[in-house]
Order: sequence, then structure tokens, then C-alpha cells
Amino acid sequence: MTEEIIIAGFGGQGVLSMGKILAYSGIMQDQEVSWMPSYGPEMRGGTANVTVILSDERISSPILRAYDTAIILNQQSMDKFEETVKSGGTLLYDPNGITRFPSRKDINIYKVEGAKKAAEMGNTKTFNMIVLGAYLKIKPIVKLENVVKGLKKSLPERHHKLIPLNEDAINLGMKSVETVQKI
Amino acid sequence: MSEISIKDIIKPENLVYQKTKLMTDKPLSYCPGCGHGTTHRLVMEVIEELGKENDTIGVAPVGCSVLAYEFMNVDMQEAAHGRAPALATAIKRLWPDKVVFTYQGDGDLAAIGTAETIHACNRGEKIVIVFINNGIYGMTGGQMAPTTLEGMKTSTTPYGRDAALMGHPLKITELVAQLPGTYYVTRQSVHTPSAVRKAKRAIKKAFQNQLNDAPGLSFIEVVSNCNSGWKMTPVDANHWMEENMFPFYPIGDIKVDGELVK
Amino acid sequence: MGELKLMKGNEALAEAIIRAGTDGYFGYPITPQSEVMEYLTAAKPWETTGMVVLQAESEVASINMLYGGGGTGKKVVTSSSSPGISLMQEGLSYIAGAEIPILIVNVVRGGPGLGDIQPAQSDYFQATKGGGHGDYRLIVLAPSSVQEMSDFVPMAYDLAFKYRMPAMILSDGAIGQMMEKVEFFEPIPRLTDEEVKARYPWATNGKPKGGERRILTSLDLDPSKMEQHNYDLQAKYRKIEENEVRFEQIQCDDAEYVIVAYGSSARISLKSVKLLREKGIKAGLLRPITLWPFPTKKIDALVKQGVKGFLSVEMSAGQMVEDVRLAVNGRVKVEHYGRLGGIIHSPEEVAEALEQKIIGE
Repeated sequence: MTEEIIIAGFGGQGVLSMGKILAYSGIMQDQEVSWMPSYGPEMRGGTANVTVILSDERISSPILRAYDTAIILNQQSMDKFEETVKSGGTLLYDPNGITRFPSRKDINIYKVEGAKKAAEMGNTKTFNMIVLGAYLKIKPIVKLENVVKGLKKSLPERHHKLIPLNEDAINLGMKSVETVQKI
Repeated sequence: MSEISIKDIIKPENLVYQKTKLMTDKPLSYCPGCGHGTTHRLVMEVIEELGKENDTIGVAPVGCSVLAYEFMNVDMQEAAHGRAPALATAIKRLWPDKVVFTYQGDGDLAAIGTAETIHACNRGEKIVIVFINNGIYGMTGGQMAPTTLEGMKTSTTPYGRDAALMGHPLKITELVAQLPGTYYVTRQSVHTPSAVRKAKRAIKKAFQNQLNDAPGLSFIEVVSNCNSGWKMTPVDANHWMEENMFPFYPIGDIKVDGELVK
Repeated sequence: MGELKLMKGNEALAEAIIRAGTDGYFGYPITPQSEVMEYLTAAKPWETTGMVVLQAESEVASINMLYGGGGTGKKVVTSSSSPGISLMQEGLSYIAGAEIPILIVNVVRGGPGLGDIQPAQSDYFQATKGGGHGDYRLIVLAPSSVQEMSDFVPMAYDLAFKYRMPAMILSDGAIGQMMEKVEFFEPIPRLTDEEVKARYPWATNGKPKGGERRILTSLDLDPSKMEQHNYDLQAKYRKIEENEVRFEQIQCDDAEYVIVAYGSSARISLKSVKLLREKGIKAGLLRPITLWPFPTKKIDALVKQGVKGFLSVEMSAGQMVEDVRLAVNGRVKVEHYGRLGGIIHSPEEVAEALEQKIIGE
């Protein structure tokens, strides 16, 4: 199994940390992982993206042009990454702030109201975990227990009290994902 | 009349002076009358007197004293032009129990190495910097130094240093004295026997500060003539130095035990 | 087996620096490698191993701190990125001339000049041919994973001390910024002062009692002595070329076409090899681990084995390709492919380039 994912959105949406938790979850189940961020002056508010690969084999290129899954969280990223999804691949997006919806006919498309649900939960920081939950519902490549282990690894000790909240957010994401197009 | 040979005179009981064993037997490459040789000897005498022959690491500069390690009989490292304080910083931090000093000229310390000088001083590195200021680049043939006086002729200021064109002479010693990282800052000379004695006391104080783990860097400027660079006889050069250099670069302590001298 | 950690290449490098028994790190911040000093200052190794960490006033000062510190026989390291490494070339030349073991890490970014902060491999010439003045070499190791960012630290130190010369880890922004899992080697204790003195009699750390003073210098005004010094350096370099070449070969045994690539380009090219093999093209990958000494003999062997062409893949305008060409010496086709200025080529682009430039019509 190899899953090549791009997660793209604004800085501050938790794009990089979502990728990191996913990568840690992969390690928890003995997979090879890589996490390759776009880096640079784009801090909060600028665009940010990260390529995450989970595989049972040695990972070759950590830098890709085509992905099994694209998780798209703003319009700029939709414009840039919709076309990079492999034919037959998966696109998950949050419609909040999206003005031009995906038009590909050869991929599976899902959406999750992450921003809206996070606001409903009363904590906008849960946004990325809601999206992660939605993704794991579509592609259960890592077990939830390994995600929790991954959270423990990637969060500093003082934030471990937030893990139950994050679990709730993941579960909410799993329930909230909607199919837009299934090929 | 009985013949007395030199052999009859060279006896331990007749010995009134000998050079420190921390100066090698290699003939000094400095011009007669230059302050480098005397200052080398003072530094080495102090290290011998402090019993630190086996615990000292010196860093030599680029300039006339680039070959200081040929004459100083302690472990020595050569630095690139201006970088001696950076080498000394690492040496002292990695061997805090050793005695570490740099020996630098005005071009090395106050022009190309200004950043290294200021920052080693400002960090309060527990080292000694011995700085020879003769107002000229001696080794490369007498070009303008950062410390060249206004109006002074050098091979690159053939009509005299014009501050409007070439900038002002730099009092780097007064400058580093302002930094909280320096503990002892003094200006000395070695052109008369009494000046030599005072300079030696200052050098000794600087090294003692380091041995006592004083909180900061000790910085000794030695104003020297460069008679060949200045195109004068050694005696004339010393007179010229007293008349022209000393008024601009006054001799004496600038900062003692971390306090500026009023 | 130690614990597996998910870390950035720069962080793994910093952790490995502490574990390798380093005595001193001297550096100056620059993107994309500032995590190294940030990690070290947060880890406070001076409280555990006794290692010194110092932020210098410039890269010029940091390399000269290595010159001084390395000259005393201590294990010292600096890290920087391309513009900072350029500033260090003066010091490196002196260090090579004075034969002092030190470790320097370049997390390469796009150039020339201030360039940008994205990954590049355009410092190959500077690293392998000597960016400073004079006839000198650096041992250059090129990691292509986060794991190797850790593993190469003790290896580089061993080589530097074995041959008394500077060693460089030539990484790039991609390897520095990406996270992968890494398993660290067991910590190597720092040498005591007495051990340093016993092992490295050349080092300037206080004249031995009853012994001769040590002088470390790159200067000798007598040209006949300087010529001899250069001959000695060259003899040492030939020995290293003979004994220290390291590389990895993947699917080269039956390969008709070989991609030569290091660092992140090697990772990308590994995928290209897979894509080409899927199309029935017998491609292989030769990954130089030591860029100097270069695996010239291996390339010669591949030519003799029947490889019909080589593609040198680098994020540069074509630097390593010159060494590939020298090794091939005109017998078969050698071409270069690579994106420039901080743009990373994709595996598909590389595969396409091999088909067009090497296999051709």
C-alpha cells in the first residue's frame, strides 16, 4: 500500500500539523512515511501545503506532481491542485470559501463542512481534525487508535489534555463527510 | 696586561639579563626599533612568570606579526586576516582552563576584523587581545591603516590622510571600552625603558584577569612606531610618535576592573 | 533498536550533532536550516554532554571559530545554507591548508546571490572543487533522507579526523525541511581533554611538558616547502579517492540506462526509475554518497558492463554531470537534466528527460 496525499490551504488552518499527525499515525503502524512541506515566507494567512506519503515500502520521491488524494481547503489550492489528482483518485474539500467547485469527472469527490462544524464545536482549532476525520472515513488507511497514538507523539505533553477534544473532532468529521461524486 | 676572553665573561654569576625561554632563538624579522619584538617578549615573559607555558594557546594575525608563532614558544595557531578573536573565542570556550590570547595589528584588528573584535569584546570572551597600533600597514609596504592619523602620509595617502575623503582615524580601543564585555582596556607603548615596564605590568594584569576568571575581555593597545613605514630613523620615529600619535592616542588605562577610568 | 521519531532533516541533524560527541557548534541563522541552532539551543546540551553552542556574529566568524576550536583537537561543527557557505570559503581554505578536522553542513538553497530559500543543488562545484583559493578538497557526503542526516554526522567526523581535513555534509532545503522517521545511533561520549591530547598530538591545546610547541598554520613563505606541503595534501587526497568512495546502486545490474543523482534528486529519480521500468525501459539509479571522492570507477564499471547512456539529474544547470562525463570519457552518451533556482523536478519530468535526451530516436 502506498498513499500519496497533498493537503493544501491557508497557513494557520493546521495544514502542516494535520499532515504531521497523519505521518505519525503511519509510523505507529510500522509504515514508511514522509512529510514534505512547502516552506517559505508564507506564514499565517498565506498558502501552505504539505505532501504526506504513507507506504509499506521504502518511499522514493517525497516530492510529487500527482497524488492519490488531494485535501483542499481554499480556492487557491483548488486552482492549483485539482488537476494533480491521479485519475481515479480522491479529492476532499471544505466548501467554505470555495467559489469554483471541482469539475473533474474522473475522480471521486467528497466535501466536509470543516469550518462550519468547528465553529459549531466552539473551537475553530478543531478544524483540521474534522477534515482528517472526513479523510479517514473515505480512506481508512490508518486506524483511529494509531491516530490517537500519533497525536500523543506530535503534541507536546502540556497539550495532551486536548486529545479527547481532537478525537471528538475526528469522529465528527467522519460523520460529516458527504459524497459529491463517486466514479 | 692579561688577556680576558669572552669565555671568561660568560659565567652564570655575571648574568644580568637573559631572554625568556618562551622566545625562540629564531632572529626576529622585525625592523630595528619596531615595537613588535619588545611586545612579543613582554607577552612571553608574562606567560613564563605566570607559569603558564604549557597551558597557553596564542593566535597570530596577518600583518607584520603573521610569523609571531615563529618567535613565541607556546602552542600557536595562525588566523586569517582579522579573524583571530573568532578562533580565540572557540579555543577559550572549549578549553576554559587554558590561557588564550590573540596578537593583532591595526589593519587586522580595526579594519578587516572589526566585526570579530567588537563581538568578541561584546560577548565578554575571557581572552586577552594584544593590539599593536602603528598607524600603518607595515607588511604590505606602508598603506593607510584605520588608525592612520589625519594628514599622515602613507603609500595610499601620498598627500596625507584627508578625513573628508578617507575617513577618520579609528579609536577602536576607546570604542571597545564602551562595551560591557570588556573588563580591562588600556593603551601602552614600548619606546622607553619606563614605558616597557609599564606595558609589562599592564600585560601581566590582563593575563592575571584571565587566570582569575574575571568577567570579561582584557584589551591592551600598544602604540608603536613603524619607522620604515613612516620613512624615519627609529629615534626620529619615536619622537614623531610622542608628538603626533600620543596626543590622539593617549597612553594610560581606559577601563579597569570593568569600570571606565574617569 | 532505538525509538523511531518523526523529525525534520534539520532537527535530526541537530540531534545527531549532540549524540556524536560534538564539543562545539558555532553558527549563524539562515533559512532553510535555522532549525539546527534552534534545536540545539532548546536542547541545552551544555547541561548534559557539556557541548558548547554559540551563535556567532557572522558565518565568517563561525567558520573561524571552527578553525580555532578544531585546531585544539575538539569536535566542532557549523551549519549554514548557500550564501552563508560562500562567506565561509576563506576559512575553509585555511582549515584545509592547516589540515584541521571540522564538520560543515550546507543545506543548499537556490542561487546565485541571495537567490531564494527553496531547495537546490547548485553548490556542487563549490563543495567538490573547492570554493576557496588553493588546491584543496573537502570530503563531501550527500544525505538523501532524514535518516542519513543523522547517520552521516558520526561518519563525517570519523573521516575528518582520520584524514585531518574538513568534511562537508551537502544537503538541501528539501531534505532539511522534510520529515521522515529516524532512528538514532547510540550517543557517543565526548572525549575528555586528556583523551583529546593523547589522540591528537598535532592539536594546539597547550605545549606538552618537556615537549615542542605545536603550530597550526597554512602559511609557508618558502615556495619549495609550500610545494611539498601541496604534494603531501595531494597524496592524502589520492588515498581518500582510493579508499573512501561510497555510493548506492539500485537496479543497475541489468540496467541499460543509468540515472546518476544524489540527495533529494536521487529520491525523485528513484521514482523515475520505477516509472521507466513500468514502461519496460531498463533504468537504474547510481546514487553517489560521497560526492568527493566521486564514484568514478563505479561509472567506468557500468560503462564496461554495457550501460548505453547516463543522465545526471541535479537541481542545477549541470555540475555533477562534468564528473560523470570525465568518468565515462566519451564512450557513451551523458546528458544532464535538472530544474533551477529552487524548483524541484518531478519524477515524471526526469523519466521523460531520460527517454528524450538519452534514449532519443
